[in-house]
Amino acid sequence: MSCALPAFAASSAAEPAPPFAVLMELTHRCPLRCPYCSNPVALESASAELDTATWKRVLDEAADAGALQVHFSGGEPCVRKDLEELVAHATEIGLYSNLITSAVLLDQPLLERLQRAGLQHVQISLQDAEATGADRVGGFKGGHVKKLEVARAVVRQGMALTINAVLHRHNIDRVNDVIDLAMDLGAGRIEIANVQYYGWALANRAALMPSREQLLAMDAAVRARLPELAGRIVVDYVVPDYYARRPKSCMGGWARRFINITPRGRVLPCHAAETIPGMTFETVHDRSLSDIWRDGPAFARYRGTDWMPEPCQSCDHKEEDWGGCRCQALALAGSADAADPVCELSPAHAEVAVLRDRDAAALGTEWTYRGL
Amino acid sequence: MNAIAPNIAETDRLRLAPGVMLRNDRRRGQWMLMGPERLLVLDEMALAVVRACVGTEVADVAAGIDRLTVEYDAPRTEVAADVLEMLTDLRNKGYVVT
Repeated sequence: MSCALPAFAASSAAEPAPPFAVLMELTHRCPLRCPYCSNPVALESASAELDTATWKRVLDEAADAGALQVHFSGGEPCVRKDLEELVAHATEIGLYSNLITSAVLLDQPLLERLQRAGLQHVQISLQDAEATGADRVGGFKGGHVKKLEVARAVVRQGMALTINAVLHRHNIDRVNDVIDLAMDLGAGRIEIANVQYYGWALANRAALMPSREQLLAMDAAVRARLPELAGRIVVDYVVPDYYARRPKSCMGGWARRFINITPRGRVLPCHAAETIPGMTFETVHDRSLSDIWRDGPAFARYRGTDWMPEPCQSCDHKEEDWGGCRCQALALAGSADAADPVCELSPAHAEVAVLRDRDAAALGTEWTYRGL
Repeated sequence: MNAIAPNIAETDRLRLAPGVMLRNDRRRGQWMLMGPERLLVLDEMALAVVRACVGTEVADVAAGIDRLTVEYDAPRTEVAADVLEMLTDLRNKGYVVT
């Protein structure tokens, strides 16, 4: 995840600057089965989900910790019957609400109720620019058409709309169509989101990785259009990790901007952090979010720059990319303590290209849909 | 559509984009534009420009520039150049719309 937020203040080890936002994965349930889902491979069950009163308390604690925004996410957050109640509570305590959704469970009456409850922004994922491919990737017939209907309703109601377009081998050639579609829908923003290979996507990498030629064509198409798109739609675009020379500033830096909470209440520095072995994660039942944010062991572990190995420690960019992504270092270099191998300065960088080219050549590989 | 969007002009009427609001965060002691999954911290000048030039109660950008020219007792041409550049930047970042 990338973001373009200002740092609020210089932080010290003793008292870090407050978080910008809390990401609440209300549930892991979802009608879609996208093979690149960012949820963990071991999904949490409905029976383990936090109840309404606990989520409200967590919202209160997020505001107390200094968070300004809440992202209601999942799974599909609209499967929760209390979504409207939670949005209303967030509004009441001054938090700005974003809904991160597949949109297939939304309709105009629910959108209107959510807007009355204070919802400001809806981010809708699209699986492709056209229905056949989109519904195949999502594993949900009729999903694409439904998403377009809901997107138009969001704009009609005067709420902000972001289109999250996830790109991979099977749709990357239609990036221009996706951009055109987002503009036609009236989106204020588009995330051109090349698949990030964690969780389900990591398991399906050989079925999703685009070729170098596809990547270069997409990159050239996007860059050629950026001037004409400026002032018309905000474009969030990052070169996909496996083809990059420098790592992304994952989550805006570990434990610098975001708190992620899983459906059953585990408090994480990022949604994939549970893949890292040897970490201790607290839950919302253990301590307040302020306490966990300040000195929770998982948050303190990779916050700032003290933990960094070489080549990061002596790098001029260490306070820009914050060492890249810990989960990717684990997946590709075998240790979450290593430099992100996406960086060309990492000793493991050459192996990224080997894995990438091997998987990109594995045409015909079938993906495994997300599921229990 | 291939033309580059024109810069903000004095005749434009601006409002905050959908989902964008002006907020004061007392904890941090900062004014900010809060928007979809993002925010922009405003310094004193940016705050004055947003207040003077953006919103349904503002006739047009020119009226806002007139007001700032008086408030800051500065040459209008200089104020106008700075304000239009700032507003174009805010538009391109998605915080205000025409």
